[in-house]
Amino acid sequence: MSAVRGQLNDLIRFSSVDGPGNRLVLFLQGCNFDCITCHNPYTIGLCNDCGECVQPCPEEALTLDAELRIVLDEARCTRCDVCIEVCPISSTPLSRTTTVDDVLEELRPVAPFLSGITVSGGEATLQPDFVAALFAAVKTDQELTGLSTLIDTNGSAPRGTWDRLLSVTDGFMVDLKALDPATHLELTGRDNALVLDAIRYLAGHDRLAEVRLLIVPGYNDDRETMVETAQWLHAVAPATRVKVIGYRRHGVRGGALDIAEAGQEAIADLAEVARANGLLDVVMV
Amino acid sequence: MNSDELRERARSVVTDPTLTFPQRRHHLAALAEESLAYPALSDAAADALNKRIVCDLYEGHAPYRARYILPDYARFVAQGSAFLELDPPRDLDEALYFLLILYGQVPSITGYPVYLGDLDKVLAPFAEDFSEDELFRKLRPFWIALDRMLPDAFTHTDIGPDDTRLGRTILRLERELRQVVPNVTLKVDPERTPDDMIRDAVETVIAVAKPHFVNHPLMVRDLGEDYAAVSCYNSLKIGGGAHTLVRLNLKEAALRHRGGTASFITDTMAHYAELTAEVMEARIRFLVEEARFFDHDFLAREGLISLDRFSAMFGVVGLAEAVDLLQEQDGRPGHYGHDEDANALSYRITQALADFVAARAMPYCDGGGGRSLFHSQAGLDSDVELTAGTRIPVGTEPGLYEHISAVAPHHDLFPSGVSDVFHVDETVERNPEAMVDVIRGSFAVGMRDFTFNVASNEFIRITGYLVRKSDVAAFADEGARHGSTAFAAGSVEHSHVTERSVKRVVSHERGARPTQ
Repeated sequence: MSAVRGQLNDLIRFSSVDGPGNRLVLFLQGCNFDCITCHNPYTIGLCNDCGECVQPCPEEALTLDAELRIVLDEARCTRCDVCIEVCPISSTPLSRTTTVDDVLEELRPVAPFLSGITVSGGEATLQPDFVAALFAAVKTDQELTGLSTLIDTNGSAPRGTWDRLLSVTDGFMVDLKALDPATHLELTGRDNALVLDAIRYLAGHDRLAEVRLLIVPGYNDDRETMVETAQWLHAVAPATRVKVIGYRRHGVRGGALDIAEAGQEAIADLAEVARANGLLDVVMV
Repeated sequence: MNSDELRERARSVVTDPTLTFPQRRHHLAALAEESLAYPALSDAAADALNKRIVCDLYEGHAPYRARYILPDYARFVAQGSAFLELDPPRDLDEALYFLLILYGQVPSITGYPVYLGDLDKVLAPFAEDFSEDELFRKLRPFWIALDRMLPDAFTHTDIGPDDTRLGRTILRLERELRQVVPNVTLKVDPERTPDDMIRDAVETVIAVAKPHFVNHPLMVRDLGEDYAAVSCYNSLKIGGGAHTLVRLNLKEAALRHRGGTASFITDTMAHYAELTAEVMEARIRFLVEEARFFDHDFLAREGLISLDRFSAMFGVVGLAEAVDLLQEQDGRPGHYGHDEDANALSYRITQALADFVAARAMPYCDGGGGRSLFHSQAGLDSDVELTAGTRIPVGTEPGLYEHISAVAPHHDLFPSGVSDVFHVDETVERNPEAMVDVIRGSFAVGMRDFTFNVASNEFIRITGYLVRKSDVAAFADEGARHGSTAFAAGSVEHSHVTERSVKRVVSHERGARPTQ
């Protein structure tokens, strides 16, 4: 079995919000976007053992070992999240390395209850070797082969990464934070050329399971933006499910707390605009 | 009870502004029954009953009808009834009318029928010529009548395991009418029940907190093809039923024990198990030999029920507390539901009791092969600091998967039902397939019964029976049309059912008894 290792933030055995049906979800650690609206910013950075969190930990669960690496005492940790709050690089000392075998061991007893497995993040496609090895193992395992494999992604990977994942991944759920490059840069810190290309590319390979449009008031919540976005998506993948999601403050960092939450009526209105511009499967969340 | 006390309690019933007329009459009858002497018991059994180590669920002192009765309604619509002067119904309208007539004559511990038939199958011979919309229109007033004429949430119908137009119509009626009555069970056979039917049922749960789901192949293994789940979680034979349900309170037994687990199982628990059986036996003999229910009731004379399909239910409660008490005695820290040693101990306890029940002969229980049927009892509204059946205590439940894994091994042992209730958050409303997966998975790993509630729901399961939250809130002031709402009010008061963490809901189930 593959020795490739993954950097894991968390594993949830039952999730009803990460794709169709009940799914086991892996949240990988590390993301190449720095979205102002991120709900779990502690998954962005990779821990560099700087040690800033060791002293503040009220449970004394964190120490630096002889090689100056952070060591977590699971028994002491109460998940109070102080370490996450003080982390200077939006990371967490609680993330851990894992292997395909470790994940299969977690997956096997839960499999009768699942439609499939979703890898999310962080950004799943930053660890393509691990994800590809895991999904290949699922697809070739007699007990697990019926499970569907989905990736939740910001869409920023180059084509070479998609090519490595396509044969073992049943679908990709892609965030499109903004169609306009300048707005995208403002929201995520990155250009969106790769994202737009990925949506086209995955749709062309019949692997585009879902596109998510996060509506952030003041950035992309006007009707004209939705008209343009819907028209672009209509040309690329008119039948793909599009989720229109209102921005929520839950879990976000400092500056984003000043952004207004999106109202349900406004979201419903924008969903209707998307439909009126030819998108066949629009849902609002 | 002396005659002064009887008079005082009768007066409080007839003047209680929160009781309807039928409810007052029902309570008066129970009072009269309570004024009679209990069937003869040994001193040890009488003492255990008095201390509620053994509990008869306040069924009454002189049983004159079986607790749960499951008439063979398919037979009724084929043959009519001489006693009721009814020919066999000739069409769907007649079938619906005649069933309503019969329901008025079916007794149970609550005074209302606990079983209305597997209506998708009972009505099938009359439904062929109608479209789904026509079926919906014809069944709609019938469904409303069930709720208004049989105002007791223990009243139950079953559908499945096959996907039928009638089954679908019943789910649609449930979603649209949003009534408390009837409660519903969907029989699920992984080979026969399609995902789409289970999904339809899940969406119905999201709307009205029912149906309940049962593992059909496991039920058929234990009870045969002709079984039904009634009054929430009680699975019994159609054409039969349960004479009585008596429960052993394992917490109370453990509190009276010293010396650790091994001697608890072989001595203390075995002692009280036999006393439980003694109470059951005395009650069964009174019902069959003194009240002679099966000699005179027309349901028996016309073959709609038969004594040889009856058994009785041997219930347990308080496993969680008993396990924790014994863990303490043995010097181990882990709690039931969270710790492997504690869970292993719990399986030893239920296995030992299942072995006892399988060995203990019980009169007039041919429906159980001459034995009673082991049952994980869902609690009483008056239970305080006592966890129902084999459940994990309210508020301490682990995650859904861990929860299912902890309780699933018990399910194999309880042919007459086990009531774990899982509370899930409302995200499933947008992804009902997730619950289809969980239900299928649960049955694949050997669960027998599966009930879930969605956190945001207006309907709440108290015992498996349902009430509306708004009805419970209003009860204290105005009384309620449904008899079960009064039980629920007590339950909410005692165990904070409505305030519990989003995970699951306790359920209490009880027979009627006089107001205290």
